[in-house]
Amino acid sequence: MRLSIENLSCGYTRLPVLSGVNLAIEAGEFVCLLGPNGSGKTALLKTLAGILSPLSGQVKLDETRWTDLPVRERAAHLAYVPQAHAPVFAFKVIDLVAMGRTARWPLWAGPTEVDWRAAEQALAWVQMEAFADRLFTEISGGERQMVLVARALAQEARFLVLDEPASSLDFGNQVRMLQTLRRLTRAGIGVLMATHHPEHALRCASRVAVVREGRIRQIGPPNEVLTESCLAEVYRVPFLVSEIFDQQNLPVRVCVPQLD
Amino acid sequence: MAGPAPAEAIARPDMAGETRKSALDLTATARLAQGKTGRLRIAVLTLALAGSVVVSLRFGAHPLSLADLLQLWFPSWSATAETHRATVVALLWEIRLPRVCAAVLIGAGLSVAGASYQGLFRNSLVSPDILGASSGAAFGAALGIMLSLGIVAVQSLAFASGLGAVFLTFGLSRTMGGGHYTLRLVLTGMVVGSLFMAGIAVLKTLADPYSKLPLITFWLLGSLSSVTRTDLWMLLPPVVLGSTVLLLLRWPLNAMALGEEEARSLGIPTGQVRGWTLVCATLITSVAVAVAGVIGWVGLMVPHLARFWIGANHRDLLPVSLLSGAIFLLWADNLARWLFVVELPLGVVTCACGVPVFLLVLRRSQRAWSN
Repeated sequence: MRLSIENLSCGYTRLPVLSGVNLAIEAGEFVCLLGPNGSGKTALLKTLAGILSPLSGQVKLDETRWTDLPVRERAAHLAYVPQAHAPVFAFKVIDLVAMGRTARWPLWAGPTEVDWRAAEQALAWVQMEAFADRLFTEISGGERQMVLVARALAQEARFLVLDEPASSLDFGNQVRMLQTLRRLTRAGIGVLMATHHPEHALRCASRVAVVREGRIRQIGPPNEVLTESCLAEVYRVPFLVSEIFDQQNLPVRVCVPQLD
Repeated sequence: MAGPAPAEAIARPDMAGETRKSALDLTATARLAQGKTGRLRIAVLTLALAGSVVVSLRFGAHPLSLADLLQLWFPSWSATAETHRATVVALLWEIRLPRVCAAVLIGAGLSVAGASYQGLFRNSLVSPDILGASSGAAFGAALGIMLSLGIVAVQSLAFASGLGAVFLTFGLSRTMGGGHYTLRLVLTGMVVGSLFMAGIAVLKTLADPYSKLPLITFWLLGSLSSVTRTDLWMLLPPVVLGSTVLLLLRWPLNAMALGEEEARSLGIPTGQVRGWTLVCATLITSVAVAVAGVIGWVGLMVPHLARFWIGANHRDLLPVSLLSGAIFLLWADNLARWLFVVELPLGVVTCACGVPVFLLVLRRSQRAWSN
């Protein structure tokens, strides 16, 4: 299965923040979206999630136009993990995760035993099963982030779109999150993740798209795209990109910022 | 990462880690049992409501004994005179029962409408008259009284005017640009509401201070004292239909309470859910105000209390709000009849009970905000 973005312009008003986007994600691929703040990464992800409508161009799932599919069906194909947020009402974690399966039952129905089990399982995948009966308002930002990922997993969609899922995670949880995502891609799920961590892209993306000044500037394998000059252009600070070797003596590319 | 590899689990959900699966089975069963505690509480509330109805039938200027009530169904029960029996029958069917039914319908309707509005607008300080339904209906009623219309005409005018105010809110909010749609809607509702309040003030100024003004004032305070059986027929269809639709939509409402953007990404047709919720809640509010006048606080306070008791999940919150709203208004009406020799306006009683509770709630939520 293939999610293709063709000549897409997207934005919050009629003025596009990002235009001329051409990008195709295959099921089982891990694509990272890198770019400075306000470059339109979130707008692109929200357009894919059906929250914003495309200003021009289109999104296609195989040969079907994305906008021709009803909301319900889109949710069965693509799950969206928003940036961590503070909710108004104190829902239980397990209820929130079960909401990921909303598209599976008619509008007037609710979750069945199968759905509760799937929700429990999704929590187990992100190692949060102990939090099932806690209130979403009373757990930390990082834990909320993991719960939102669990909700997207419960959705059981072919494509997963994440907006900075690692932003409020501690170092260990960041790594665990990346591992979870990588396992998902191996199971045939296509992942598109916006991130502010170039090292995450270097470590696990199969391709990376660099967004800057309203356009996608470069797409390609992270080792080719994320050079010192590219990173310096995107973040406007100097970077060092180098290779270190792991236990099997395989090269691992790393990047660190250069300080004065 | 420990545990079953998510890869296999996603690909073959039923084969995910055998050891863990039994544990998950257990918790899923526990989850269902939890649903049962919710149902148990709802059953308890239903019983409490039935009990309250029976007790309320006996309250009033002419108290009825249980024997009086029973002999309606079992004529041979007591040896009271046939004339007494006729009085009891008339009292019950013409006055007591319509009043009690109206209290149940209005309390239940306003509470379930309030709970739905609070979820939809993601704000627990929202009441069902947020879009101007109450002020609109109150204006219509005041106008009807000014024009010396009959009671049915006054109520119909109030109902129409309440709906009209909400339509005006919708229309105006569409013409305004910028901002979030829900926020625009609430702001416009406030504007339209105060516009109709101004209209009421004008009518009160112009009204004859000896005949019309007291009528308008009393009507604005809300009362069930003049509810008749015809009122019930006006009340029944909108409240029953509206509440049924709102109850059916309670799971999507959970997702809506996370914000429309998220609801949409979860596969909810947000426009449909929002539209149905608004239409049903508005119908209920307008008809309630048209029949009984402005009864404040019920739609704001009852969902709040219900949320403390049962949690935020609308699956249980809506039925619990519905039942406790009916019980609350029944007892408020009983108090209104019983507290003084002269009957108190119902709106005064609900307000007097509502304010302390609401302050308590505000204190609690303030603590939550400061965390």
